[in-house]
Amino acid sequence: MDFAVVVLVEILYAIASLVLISAGLAVVFGMMKVINLAHGEFMMLGGYVTITAVNSGVNIFIAMLIIAPLVVGLIGLIVERLVIRHLYGRLVDTMLATWGLSLFFIGIATMIFGNTTTGISSPIPGFSIGAYQVNGYNFFIIVVSILLILGVLFVLKSTRLGLIARGAMQRSDMAAALGYSSDRIYMMTFFVGSALSGLAGAVLAPLVGLVPTSGGAFIAKAFITVVAGGPSLVAGLLASSGLFGIVGQVFSFSVSPVMGDVAMLIAAVILLRLLPQGITGRFFKGKL
Amino acid sequence: MTQSWQKELIQTLIVALMLMYLLPFAINTFTLSILLIYGMLGLSLGLIWGFGGILCFGQAAFFGLGAYAYAIAAVNIGESTIPLLFAILVPAMFAMLLGAMMFYGRLADVYLGVITLVVTLILFKFINSTAGPAYVIGKARLGGYNGIPGFQTLNVPGSPDDYIWGDAFYYVCFVALVVVYLLVTWLLRSSFGRVAMGIRENDQRMSLMGYDTRARKTILFAIGAAIAGFAGGLFANWAEIVTPGLFSLGQSAEIIIWCIVGGLGTRLGPILGAAGLAYLKFLLGQQSLIDNTLITGLILVLFVLFLPKGIVPAVANLWAASFGRRPKNSRRNVRRARGGLNG
Repeated sequence: MDFAVVVLVEILYAIASLVLISAGLAVVFGMMKVINLAHGEFMMLGGYVTITAVNSGVNIFIAMLIIAPLVVGLIGLIVERLVIRHLYGRLVDTMLATWGLSLFFIGIATMIFGNTTTGISSPIPGFSIGAYQVNGYNFFIIVVSILLILGVLFVLKSTRLGLIARGAMQRSDMAAALGYSSDRIYMMTFFVGSALSGLAGAVLAPLVGLVPTSGGAFIAKAFITVVAGGPSLVAGLLASSGLFGIVGQVFSFSVSPVMGDVAMLIAAVILLRLLPQGITGRFFKGKL
Repeated sequence: MTQSWQKELIQTLIVALMLMYLLPFAINTFTLSILLIYGMLGLSLGLIWGFGGILCFGQAAFFGLGAYAYAIAAVNIGESTIPLLFAILVPAMFAMLLGAMMFYGRLADVYLGVITLVVTLILFKFINSTAGPAYVIGKARLGGYNGIPGFQTLNVPGSPDDYIWGDAFYYVCFVALVVVYLLVTWLLRSSFGRVAMGIRENDQRMSLMGYDTRARKTILFAIGAAIAGFAGGLFANWAEIVTPGLFSLGQSAEIIIWCIVGGLGTRLGPILGAAGLAYLKFLLGQQSLIDNTLITGLILVLFVLFLPKGIVPAVANLWAASFGRRPKNSRRNVRRARGGLNG
C-alpha cells in the first residue's frame, strides 16, 4: 500500500516535471512554430541565476519564482531581437541557429562558472510514507506545474492578450491586418517562453547538480514531449507529459532508471510513427 | 557524360595526389588522419542532406555504430579486414530499417529530426549503461562509459601482424576518402543521384512521375550511413578506443555545423568544413582563454545568419564574379538544399 502511494507520487512528479520542462518550448513552438534548441540552456541559465541569487542572500523562493524567469526572459528577448527575428518561417534554420546558441551559452557558462558541479540544497524537508522516504520538494514541483498550466489556460482563455495571441497563432496575417504587429507578438511570446524555461530550470535546480552542459539532459525530453503533443498547446502538453511520464516511471521502477529513459524515447518514436501530427493532431482537436 | 566524367576523375586524382604528398609538410600525419576521417563523416551527411534533403540529427549514431561494430568484430576475430566490412554493413542495415520506418510512414520535416535525434540518444544511453559483465558480444565486453579499448587495429589484409599505423595509416585514410568521394560523385551523376536531387526539390512531383520516393530515400539514407560507418571504423583505428561519446548529441551537432559552414549541396564543402573546423578546434584546444564550445556555437549562428550557403559556394560565386566565366550549374546547388524541410 505504501509502495503504491510512493509510486503514484513518483508518477505524478514525473508528469509534473515533464510539463515544467516542456512548457517554455511548447509556448514558443505552439505560437511561433520555432523550435528553440537552446531551451535546455535557458533552463541551465535559470538554474545558475537562482544559485547565484541564493548565494548572495536572496530568499530562495523569490530567486526561483521571480528573479530567474525575469533574467532568462530578458536573455531570451535579446536573443530574439538579435538572431531569431531574422529567421521566422525558416524552421530548419531556426533550429540550427538556436543549436548554435545553445553551444554558445554552454561556452559562456563554462567560462563564468567553470566546468564543475554546483547546487543548492532543497528548501523543503523530506518526509516518510510508511517505510519509504519521500522528497517533499517533489510536491512543490507538482504544485508549481499545476499552477503553471492553470496560469497559461487563464491567460489564453480569459484575457485580451491571450485572445490576440491565439488569433496570431491561427492567422498571423489576419491579426496583422487588424492592427496587431506580429513582430511584437512574437517578441512577447519568445519572452514568455524563455521566462518559462528559466522558471523550470530554477525550480529544478535544487534537485540536480548543475553543470554547464545540464541543458542537454532536458532538451530531448522537452523536444519529444512538445512534438508528440501536437498542435494544441495545453492539451497536447498534458497528454504527452502524462503518457511519457507514466511510461518512463513504470519502466524505471520495474527495470532501471536508464531503461525508463530509453522506454520513454522508444515510446516517442512509436507514437510519432503512428500519429505523425502528434497526439492532439488526432485527438482533442481544437482544444487549447 | 563519359567525357566530362573522365575529365573530372583525372582532375580529382591529380589534385588528391598533390595534396596527399604536400599536406604532411604542413601538419603531422596523426592529426591529418583524423581530419580526413572527419571529412568523410562530413561528406556522409553532405550527401543525404545536401543532395537528398534529409536532415539527419543522428549522423553520429551511424559513426558510433560503425566504430563499435569494428571494435567488437575486431576483438572477436583478431584481424581488421572483416571488421571494417562490419563497420560499413551494420550502420547501413540499421539505417535501412530506421529509414524504412520513417520514410514509409511518410514522416518528414521536424519529425524526421526528432526521431533521428531520439534514436541517437537511445543508443547513447544504452551503450552508457552497459558497464556490467552481463553485456558481452562474443569475447567483447561493451564496457559502458569506459568504452572498448585494446582491439586489433588496422593490418595488411591476410596478415594480422603487419599493422598499418602512423604515416601508412594516413595514406590509407587519404585513399579511402578519395575513393568514397569518387563513389559519391559517380552516384550523383547516375540516374539515382539525379532522381534523389529531384526528390529534394519536390518529393510529391517525383512520386507523381512514378518514382518510388520512399524506397529511394531509404536507400540514400543507408548509403549515407554506410559512409559514416566506414568513417567510424577508421576512427576506431585512429583512436584505438571507442567510447559512448561517439554517439553524443555534441558529435551530431558538429557534423551538421561542418556541412553548413562548408556548404550544402556541394561535395567538397562538407569535407573542407569538417577538416577546417576540426583543425580550428584542435588549435583552439591549445589555448584556454576562450571556451571552445562558445566559438563553435558562434560560428554556427553567424553562418546561419550571414552565410547560409556556406563557404564553398560563396567562394565559387566570388571566383565566378571576379573571373567572369560563370560555371553552368552554380545556381542549382544550394538554393533549395534545405528547402525540403521547410515544407
